[in-house]
Amino acid sequence: MGTAWNTYDANKMSSGAMYGKTLAELGEKDPRIVGVTADLAKSTNIGVFGARFPDRLINVGIAEQNLFGVAAGLAKTGFIPFASTFAIFACLRGGEFVRTDCAYQNLPVKIIATHGGLSFGAAGSTHHCIEDFAIMRAIPNMTVVIPADAYETASAVKACIDVPGPFYMRVGRGMEPLLHNSEDDYEFKIGKAMTLKEGNDVTIIACGIPTRDALIAGEMLDEQGVSAQVINMHTLKPIDKEAIIEAAVKTRRIVTVEEHNVIGGLGDAVAAVLAESGKRCILTKIGIPDEFGPIGKPEDLYAIYKLSSQGIMETVMELMGKEIEEDDWDDED
Amino acid sequence: MPSNVSVAELKAKAKELRLNIVETTFNATSGHVGSSLSCADMLTALYFKYLNVDVANPDWEERDRFILSKGHCALAYVPCLAMKGFIPIESLADFNKTGSAYGMHPDSKKIRGCDASTGSLGHGMPIGVGMSIGLKMKGINAKVVVMTGDGECQEGSNWEAAMAAAKYKLENLIWIIDRNKLEIDGPTEEVMPLEPLDKKVEAFGMKCIKCNGNDMEDVDRALAEAWETAGPVCIISSTTKGYGVKKFEGDVKMHYGSFGDDRKDLQVYIDEINARG
Repeated sequence: MGTAWNTYDANKMSSGAMYGKTLAELGEKDPRIVGVTADLAKSTNIGVFGARFPDRLINVGIAEQNLFGVAAGLAKTGFIPFASTFAIFACLRGGEFVRTDCAYQNLPVKIIATHGGLSFGAAGSTHHCIEDFAIMRAIPNMTVVIPADAYETASAVKACIDVPGPFYMRVGRGMEPLLHNSEDDYEFKIGKAMTLKEGNDVTIIACGIPTRDALIAGEMLDEQGVSAQVINMHTLKPIDKEAIIEAAVKTRRIVTVEEHNVIGGLGDAVAAVLAESGKRCILTKIGIPDEFGPIGKPEDLYAIYKLSSQGIMETVMELMGKEIEEDDWDDED
Repeated sequence: MPSNVSVAELKAKAKELRLNIVETTFNATSGHVGSSLSCADMLTALYFKYLNVDVANPDWEERDRFILSKGHCALAYVPCLAMKGFIPIESLADFNKTGSAYGMHPDSKKIRGCDASTGSLGHGMPIGVGMSIGLKMKGINAKVVVMTGDGECQEGSNWEAAMAAAKYKLENLIWIIDRNKLEIDGPTEEVMPLEPLDKKVEAFGMKCIKCNGNDMEDVDRALAEAWETAGPVCIISSTTKGYGVKKFEGDVKMHYGSFGDDRKDLQVYIDEINARG
């Protein structure tokens, strides 16, 4: 695993910086790529692309409806627009334009939303975003990816070019620690879950920033004699059903970890796959328990909501103590 | 470049479009007949004189674009596209029917020649601004024409887009406002006043051209001027909701009107449209 948490610093976003850098590199090769933002060129780092290609970054000012309408119009003239703003403004302020202009017309608009989840902690609930997974995955045609760190951000930005329709990616804001040491450490394929650690007793399925904490929790659990498998579900839609069902059959216990309301996000997506599979499995969802979060440093907020390695470890131990009724389940072991 | 079509020919086409609108409404049993009739002259002039489109190749990259932002007027737009030859005229009988490609609001994925899916108001201008910027970036000298309703101007997104149109000096963008002065809940000036609309448009950096949108000669004059103007430019097209059938004119209930199933009523509307000049 890479670096640890650094002092919170908005100007040094690892995932964001990686996004801007990667997009600028892609822009050199692919003239179809253009950028659109709503006065957040600097904050989202799409400005790095804009610095390289001033004529290819459209800044519509603080106008998120226009942001996604303009992106749709650009897509209709043959471009691949990357549209960047804060997650909360992408999914709600501009949400209907995302749905009706970009998704309904199945246009290749790539929404790279930053400051997702609780990552803009001190900004409070106006700027927190714990609803985007639910909203975006309910929109037809939309692909939804939540990279775990800066390297995965770069991988996802490259991969999304080949997604024919609209694409939503959520990243955080600050110096989130890295899960990987380089892009060569893993294989990133949209729709294909990544197993970070094998285990037999329980499976932790995580996405986004807390994925690294899930992996650390898995290692802590080993020390306690619990063999935890850790899966990085970076693609929320289309979700890797096979990986979930395999995990259910193998470990019978699953904990989901997401920086999102427990309603409508990763946990619910996994729950639906499990319920439809008919496999015997017990599930615990870690996330924000349907409330507006407090102000604070993101790492403190993650700890409050048990999204820290310690919190995840404790939640898994609680789940290990629960009985799984055997009754009349009859699936293959 | 606009084609060489006379006002008399355009008038005849507009009459044909109105007949198609009432016939399609009758078959569909109901529709946004008032707002469709109000913009019928403008649509006709656009498609039969001004817009440079290719019926054989609707995705031709250098074509002029048209966005019906007042998407509820698919009842005028789809028949207009059929008359132009993009879709079979017989298929208008399917309008609003289960499984049809054509309903109350146009779907660009299903309708040949349709540049944008619309229906939710306040979307056409942002999309049009994006298209206009895109065409400029590609060096394609084609017009982007967006037609909104007037009540629709209450949506803030139009003004977000108007600001961007001025910033990016979108010479090729034409915004047409079908100023029929009525919205669902009543007169625009009672529901949420728009006036002085021309001054608002001008304050956002657009030249404003006014015309009587139900007088073909004046429509032709306004479009000719807009086509010659380095935009962004706006035409406020003053119209009468329901224009062409006395019974519908200025009747707010005809924003979305139901026809009975008596073909004799339809014949009255047809006769009236035919009788007008």
